[in-house]
Amino acid sequence: MDDLLREFLTESAEHLDTVDAELVRFEQDPNNQTILRNIFRLVHTIKGTCGFLGLPRLEALAHAAETLMGQFRDGMPVTGPAVSLILVTLDRLKSILGELENTGTEPTGSDDDLIDALDVMSAGPMQAPAPAPLPAPIPAPLPAPAPEIRLPDPVVRELKPGEVTLDDLERAFLEAEGPDPFDAPAPLPALAPAPEPVAAQAPHAPAPAVEAPVPDEAVAPAKAPAKDGPSEGTEGGVAKVQTIRVNVDTLEHLMTMVSELVLTRNQLLEIARRHDDSTYKVPLQRLSHVTAELQEGVMKTRMQPIGNAWQKLPRVVRDLSSELGKQIELVMSGAETELDRQVLEVIKDPLTHMVRNSADHGIESSADRKAAGKPVRGTIRLSAYHEGGTITIEIADDGKGLDLAAIRRKAVERKVASQAEVERMTDAQVAKFIFHPGFSTAAAITSVSGRGVGMDVVKTNIELIGGVIDINTQLGRGTTFTIKIPLTLAIIAALIVKAGDLRYAVPQVAVLELVRVDKSTAQQVERINGSPVLRLRERLLPIVTLTGVLGQAPAATDIDSGFVVVAQVGRQRFGILVDEVFHTEEIVVKPMSSKLRHLPLFAGNTILGDGAVVLIVDPNGIAQQVSQSTQSGAMPVEAEAEETEAADAKATLLVFKGGAGSYKAVPLSLVTRLEEIDAAKVEWVGGRPLIQYRGRLMPLVPADPSIEIRKTGTQALVVFSDGERAMGLVVDEIVDIVEERLDVEISADRSDLIGSAVLRGRATEIINIAHFLPLAYDDWARGPKKAAKRSSTLLLVDDSAFFRDMLSPVLKAAGYNVITAASADEAVAALLSNGRIDVVVCDLEMPGRNGFDLVGAMRKVEGRVAGLPVIGLSGTIGPEAIARARTLSILDLVAKFDRSGLIAALAEIDAAAPSHAHAA
Amino acid sequence: MMQAANSNAASAEAGATHDFVTVFVGETMFGLAINRVHDVFIPAGVTPVPLSPPEIVGLLNLRGRVVTALCLRRRLSLPDREGDANRMAIGLEQGGETFALIVDGVGEVLKLGADTHEPVPINLDARWRDLSLGVHRLQGHLLVILDVDALLAFGAPRLAAGAA
Repeated sequence: MDDLLREFLTESAEHLDTVDAELVRFEQDPNNQTILRNIFRLVHTIKGTCGFLGLPRLEALAHAAETLMGQFRDGMPVTGPAVSLILVTLDRLKSILGELENTGTEPTGSDDDLIDALDVMSAGPMQAPAPAPLPAPIPAPLPAPAPEIRLPDPVVRELKPGEVTLDDLERAFLEAEGPDPFDAPAPLPALAPAPEPVAAQAPHAPAPAVEAPVPDEAVAPAKAPAKDGPSEGTEGGVAKVQTIRVNVDTLEHLMTMVSELVLTRNQLLEIARRHDDSTYKVPLQRLSHVTAELQEGVMKTRMQPIGNAWQKLPRVVRDLSSELGKQIELVMSGAETELDRQVLEVIKDPLTHMVRNSADHGIESSADRKAAGKPVRGTIRLSAYHEGGTITIEIADDGKGLDLAAIRRKAVERKVASQAEVERMTDAQVAKFIFHPGFSTAAAITSVSGRGVGMDVVKTNIELIGGVIDINTQLGRGTTFTIKIPLTLAIIAALIVKAGDLRYAVPQVAVLELVRVDKSTAQQVERINGSPVLRLRERLLPIVTLTGVLGQAPAATDIDSGFVVVAQVGRQRFGILVDEVFHTEEIVVKPMSSKLRHLPLFAGNTILGDGAVVLIVDPNGIAQQVSQSTQSGAMPVEAEAEETEAADAKATLLVFKGGAGSYKAVPLSLVTRLEEIDAAKVEWVGGRPLIQYRGRLMPLVPADPSIEIRKTGTQALVVFSDGERAMGLVVDEIVDIVEERLDVEISADRSDLIGSAVLRGRATEIINIAHFLPLAYDDWARGPKKAAKRSSTLLLVDDSAFFRDMLSPVLKAAGYNVITAASADEAVAALLSNGRIDVVVCDLEMPGRNGFDLVGAMRKVEGRVAGLPVIGLSGTIGPEAIARARTLSILDLVAKFDRSGLIAALAEIDAAAPSHAHAA
Repeated sequence: MMQAANSNAASAEAGATHDFVTVFVGETMFGLAINRVHDVFIPAGVTPVPLSPPEIVGLLNLRGRVVTALCLRRRLSLPDREGDANRMAIGLEQGGETFALIVDGVGEVLKLGADTHEPVPINLDARWRDLSLGVHRLQGHLLVILDVDALLAFGAPRLAAGAA
């Protein structure tokens, strides 16, 4: 494809986008001659260039559109259908341009349909109101083009909206640059077009290769001094801004070269510092300044106004309002706010999606708005502004706001949260449910939105570039989405640290604080069976050494001084022990080589000011490694093997000392909080220990009969809570948090223990929380106990012995005879041999045949087994799992640790089919 | 007819010479097609990458670009060189990425025709055989032509993780 054609394509595409937006504005403001002139000129340019390049099809189409627009210019009333028709024509032009770009030649085909329609429309006033033969995309048949225009005396009649007075028409005709160069009369200042921001047009100054627009450009400035009307003042700014088109690769290359220049300068400065030759110093200083400025300038070229991402929105909103029958106004401000082009690309689609959503869900129908006493025309306000190192984008509508009650209901229905949780949540938290996949509260699914896809994607996209999204909603008043995103992705602030012989960069975003640790100071690293931890403000922080996770030092036992970089990833907090911390530096992120991309611990690499390459540590990757028990060089292999073999059989446990120095453990997921209280605060009521905890009384229960609640000093507590209730388990000392594969040996004789297991080489008793809860509250287990009167038989299928052992007592307490199976095959055998099973509780994620396979097999068996109610247990409940569960008529999906959810689900089954439970 | 074909082949042979950059690893001389070689430089300031495949020496800064350095010795399963002798690096490009091949030394550029070319001897070590395109008989020694794409085709993520 030759350069001229390529240039024409990019330029035309931009022109068409502008015309799109301008037409929508023009439709709302038909008296604005500035807009009309812009549109006319752009279409004229396209037409002229097509003729020049020999593209007859495009030319004919553009010509027909231009003719119709010429009619507007000459005073034909601007009607919705006419604008729609031109918009459809623009779409056709775009599709032809698209093909032209792909194939290099104009596609064959006929545009007679559109051209005829345009001609009919153009000839409108002079013709009988014949039904115009319109192509399909136009929603409504064309009404007869306003017959009023033919009235002989327009002055007598009052004008309808959208019509133009004869004077205006005359002036419009004279003001618009036509081919006729006669002198225009002085314009009426009162009717001068409002000064509109026309900056958008600036970059589209016609290329010199195009001959057509040149006269226009020449005429405009020539006219300006002659008529010093204010209207020309606004026009003048357009032609002044000069831009050239530069290939993005060229810019990227320039950026690389500048980076290198900076490095070279730094090296020179280093040398100059060592030599005492002052003759160098002055020119070097200058070089340094120039380089800095150059760097800044090149960085600036990557920045683009956010308005580029907004350009299509006015058209989107216009089309939507006609499709939905609503009146919507889109107000945009801060379009000139600049951000990195890479970021711009990523947020473009989410923004469009959110504006569509606001138009569809946010803004009510005209009738509803009237009834609510609001202006009939709804407003969507889009604004952007800089705030520190981030850019804030707001999308606000004055519509009906989110129906939080409906969202709460939906959340419970969808099992995203339990009823109790939902009730506790603040409105802001509830509103965030709309970001869950598959979540839509739209009463009706329209073609626009309401299918529940989208908002989660929006959130993911925004988070991908390190942004956050927030919702503020008021019922009946509207909803505001606030998005905060970093200005650029290419440059991040990073902490430069040293571990072993190497330096690394740690992204600043993940770093909470730095703690200096030393044997002699208060802050020292303590070890529990070799695993380093740090006491940080009454909490234990697990620590990894950077050299350790990178497999360089065999063990981290001997490092005791250095710095702990306290990092947070999601909800996980951990410390990274490094030898030295240097400084914070803005670094340019470069991607990892394809040969190294598989290493999860690195997010990329960068070149520091001194020219050295350093690796950027990925805090997410470290977080994954933190919970690994070993820090040996062979770890990655081990980790991988474990992941593939039995990733979900691992459990995170809280280990504590309880009673006669023995180690006990409880699943961390059951624990609400760890506390250390002042022993003096323990009160005794009716012979029971209590403390005032968060404004309530919390009963204390010793984890072992041999534990005595201390009278002085501090007392360690493990707090469990269930809804409103909380219980403090009294322990001697909190030891550690471990994540390990569990092999529990069940103890049969003690109800306070599930069994014992070896954790970190120590025999540890796993306690049964179900035993302690009723000790704190007599009625804690009362609800489920009611169901105990029925003795249904339940088959619990779970590959992990730990879960089986943990759930069995809970289920037994709820009144079920529990049979367990460790695999799908075992479960099938049990089902076939034992005819008394009433309900199946099944882990869906098992190695080999998983829960879905098992249920699938059950459903195929004839007779009773096929109809058994099944409850699925799952670590993660995604939409896919929900859909699959539904097809297998699995009654309920419950998160693995949600005991109350499981009991509630079982109770529901019992309630739904009481006869079923007794059938056996 | 026969004659015509022969003369054609002969003229093609005479004209079809290839240029090779020669590099040394120990006593062995290797050739790399010159059109694949972008740079010859002295590697400095190599940053090792923990947990990386063993062939990778580290990352280095080549005029503002981060380049992955791999060691030809390790790639050929040869032991690392004793001592801290001067090494050279060959800049290779593949799929828009630049790699630096660390070698013991770089020799001259040779213009070689098909007349000295021999297929890879079948008794060659399998690892070497996979990386070679052929051998040129030169005066006094042999030149093993390396397949640049094969050289760079290593460390498929899964394998590498297992090997590390």
